[in-house]
Amino acid sequence: MSTERGPVFLARRSYRHRRLADAARLLPIAAGVLMAVPLLWQGPDGDPGTAPVMIYIFVLWAVLVGLSALVSRHLRAREPETGDHDRGDV
Amino acid sequence: MSTLNLLVLVCMCYVALLFAVAFGADRAAARGRVGWLRAPLVYTLSLSIYCTAWTFYGAVGFAARSGLEFVTIYLGPTLVMIGWWWTLRRLVRVGRSQRITSIADLISSRYGKSNLLAVFVTVLAVIGTTPYIALQLQSVTLSFAAFAETDPEAINLSDMQSTALWVAMGLTVFTVLFGTRNLDANERHHGVVMAIALEAVVKLCALLAVGIFVVWGLAGGIGGTLDRIEASEISQFDVSGSRWVGLTLLSAAAVICLPRMFQVMVVENEDEEHLRTAAWAFPAYLMLMSLFVIPIAAVGLDLMPEGANPDLYVLTLPLMEGRDGLAILSFLGGFSSATSMVIVASIALSTMVSNHVVMPLWLRFSGNAAMMSGDVRKVAIMARRLSIAGVVFLGYLYFHLSGGGTALAAIGLIAFVGVAQFLPALMGGLFWRGATRTGALAGLSAGALVWLYCLFLPSFGPSDMLPQAVFDHGLGGIAWLRPYALFGAVGLDPVIHALMWSMLLNTGGFILGSLLSFPQPLERLQGAQFVNVFDHSGTPGGWTGNMAQSEDLLVMSQRIMGAREAQALFAGAAGRQGVAGYLPEPSPDFLQELERVLSGSVGAATAHAMISQIVGGAAVSVEDLMAVADETAQIMEYSTQLEAKSQELARTARQLRQANEKLTQLSVQKDSFLSQISHELRTPMTSIRAFSEILRDTGDLTPEEQEKYASIIHDETVRLTRLLDDLLDLSVLENGQVEINSQTGLLSDVLDRAERAAGVKDTALQVDRDRASEQITLTSDLDRLAQVFINLIANARKYCDGTPPVLTIRASLREAQVVIDFTDNGSGIPAEKQAVIFEKFSRIGQTTVDGAGLGLAICREIMERLGGSVSYLPGQTGAAFRVSLPRTGQSAAVGSEHEAAQARG
Repeated sequence: MSTERGPVFLARRSYRHRRLADAARLLPIAAGVLMAVPLLWQGPDGDPGTAPVMIYIFVLWAVLVGLSALVSRHLRAREPETGDHDRGDV
Repeated sequence: MSTLNLLVLVCMCYVALLFAVAFGADRAAARGRVGWLRAPLVYTLSLSIYCTAWTFYGAVGFAARSGLEFVTIYLGPTLVMIGWWWTLRRLVRVGRSQRITSIADLISSRYGKSNLLAVFVTVLAVIGTTPYIALQLQSVTLSFAAFAETDPEAINLSDMQSTALWVAMGLTVFTVLFGTRNLDANERHHGVVMAIALEAVVKLCALLAVGIFVVWGLAGGIGGTLDRIEASEISQFDVSGSRWVGLTLLSAAAVICLPRMFQVMVVENEDEEHLRTAAWAFPAYLMLMSLFVIPIAAVGLDLMPEGANPDLYVLTLPLMEGRDGLAILSFLGGFSSATSMVIVASIALSTMVSNHVVMPLWLRFSGNAAMMSGDVRKVAIMARRLSIAGVVFLGYLYFHLSGGGTALAAIGLIAFVGVAQFLPALMGGLFWRGATRTGALAGLSAGALVWLYCLFLPSFGPSDMLPQAVFDHGLGGIAWLRPYALFGAVGLDPVIHALMWSMLLNTGGFILGSLLSFPQPLERLQGAQFVNVFDHSGTPGGWTGNMAQSEDLLVMSQRIMGAREAQALFAGAAGRQGVAGYLPEPSPDFLQELERVLSGSVGAATAHAMISQIVGGAAVSVEDLMAVADETAQIMEYSTQLEAKSQELARTARQLRQANEKLTQLSVQKDSFLSQISHELRTPMTSIRAFSEILRDTGDLTPEEQEKYASIIHDETVRLTRLLDDLLDLSVLENGQVEINSQTGLLSDVLDRAERAAGVKDTALQVDRDRASEQITLTSDLDRLAQVFINLIANARKYCDGTPPVLTIRASLREAQVVIDFTDNGSGIPAEKQAVIFEKFSRIGQTTVDGAGLGLAICREIMERLGGSVSYLPGQTGAAFRVSLPRTGQSAAVGSEHEAAQARG
């Protein structure tokens, strides 16, 4: 839509910021997939036990909290987004 | 003291503490000390109203019935929070840039500020939330009853209904007190948020304490707990995939769409950066809340007698073991969860109900909406208070009618599915420019209908509205329309079944409706605003305001925002445009700003309607039309830019014309003054000359005649001197050679003196004063100030043509400024004269009243010397002048600057 385009290559800093934003986008998708993993498990008599699933879920949860803290720490909400992600479809 | 009495006492103390915290936070905010109130941690904790009593008690019950499945309710929000970069960031940005007051307001704003949509969303939100409030009341009464059972001394104390009634009334009082302090929903409720944050800490600590007690006190450590889980009924993870995934998605949708979550997440958000903290801290909070749920459930199933309510294990386990202290803490945790949910939910719903239902109705039925008399602000606040009471009462009523039975336990998920219906319209609105109002309406109605038919109504069991026959054979005997097996989908869990069909039909209707309809210009514009919020967070829907009457707008805004705020806003805008006084040019920028500020008070749709009533129809701003148009973009850009240029030119030309008119008027005035002054000087001069010649040339005058002629000469000289004094006074003031004699005194004394000196007593003019407000100590040149007052009062005496003439004098203190308004009930000063009345020699019309037209010019000069101002206040009952001056002369201004510098440092 806009006729002027941004530069093709970015400075290292903005490059990092964009990859961080990518990570922030991917994190919930990966988390969603990992949360569904126990559905595939098989126990000795059909269903898996509650205890191992519970431990898996809570460890996953703690790891997600840690990753989210790591990503969010360096990501500024207010920084302008100049990628093509948020362009309108018109 | 019995346990129950102790519990009541602790509960009272806790409520008192909440009031104190809310009050303290509100006070701190009012004094501008908001630093710690804005901490990201407070924001995160306030999000915890997601965890209601349904979580606190219900999660364990849920786990005792179906094992680990309960955790999906917290995994969904976790996904949303760690995915904040996708949606929440955008949502919060839109909410802040558009001054959104509720989820209904957001959806209505996005789809062309449609009030129909807002009403729809509001009704659905009320239907979904009422049972949820009932559930909270039930949890408090149940936990109270659990205590009463263990207490032999308590004789029939815990009548369930009366407990619920007391709790409902207490919550209403709290919410009305702290939730409707300020009308503007964008001014945050610091007190409420602080109290919610405290409650969040209490409920987390309580649940953790019970969990630690259960794991290490009852089950003998982690190993023992795992063994008990292995041995319990919930040892198997036999969750169906559809429920696991479905419930996770459902709770993810609910955390965005629940009105109370929207309130704390978007409306009360202080700073977008807080999301960064919440992105990991809120999932951590949820994880801690769920950590001990399975152990408590397993141990409870093991230890508690058959038939004990698993929903109350958190409370009954410590009670059974005789740990009364822990049980009371646990009760407080549940109490906190319930109260914080009811408070925020009722604030959120009351904002919607009053902005989108009550206010539009009131505006319609009170006649010529934007222009009638009366204070809209009072009505809006009253509407909000009544709505809060109404919402809580509805919840109580529902609880009362349903008898607090087990039907309520399932209501949490049912409410989730209900509010999830907002999701397609909300997300579509944020990410898809092609989404239209028709699509949103179609999707919402389809989804709501399926929800009501497949989940909400069946939840009451077979009833008059939905007899058993419908369950078995479908509506009208059509097997495809069975509530639990719509379109032949047999064997699904009812919640998942309803969720699947309602979301499918909702999304389908939304997309189809959007594809087939054509949006209004305003919708397209708002669509561009919302979807591209990060590209241009600037201008929303534009106005072409060249026909607007600024004065009408001021009159309207004064009633909605309050006179002081409205005048400050208008004066500020006028200042930025370089126009003096209170009436800015109605430029598109100014009208947009005004609309946004108003929408904070009455909602976007109403604000838009009110302004369009005065300005005469909405128009689309040039740049935004550009963003909407695609094929003819280039041509349109060219022509619209031309249009913008020509509009700008027209505005400049108008300003030039005004300046020219003013100059011409000044010139005419100067001429007329010169002839006036010559006349004024010549008349006494002629008689002085004539009579002094008579005295000189006529020899045989009697002493009486001599004395008569001499006194005529004397009187005429006095008149001349007065005229010359005035002129001299003015020129001295203008040249800045005047000395200011600072004195300290009471404003009321100065006004008394002025009233006496202006000679009001012998005339018809009544002066209406409010002496209590005039008890202000001033340090200034009081003689000069009195001179100004005398002039203004004398003007009212001379020119006010009201019957009977009344002059109202009102004083007030605004920060370090004393503001005194002189308002009469006459016909006022015509708009074309307002610009010149403070000029020298100006007199309104060729009146017969004497005076050289120097009075107001002198007043203005004096006030400037005193560091204040005198100005004409348009939009009042008659002519109105506002005198404002610093309370303690120039030295105060220096002092406050010093303070400000310290505060910054």
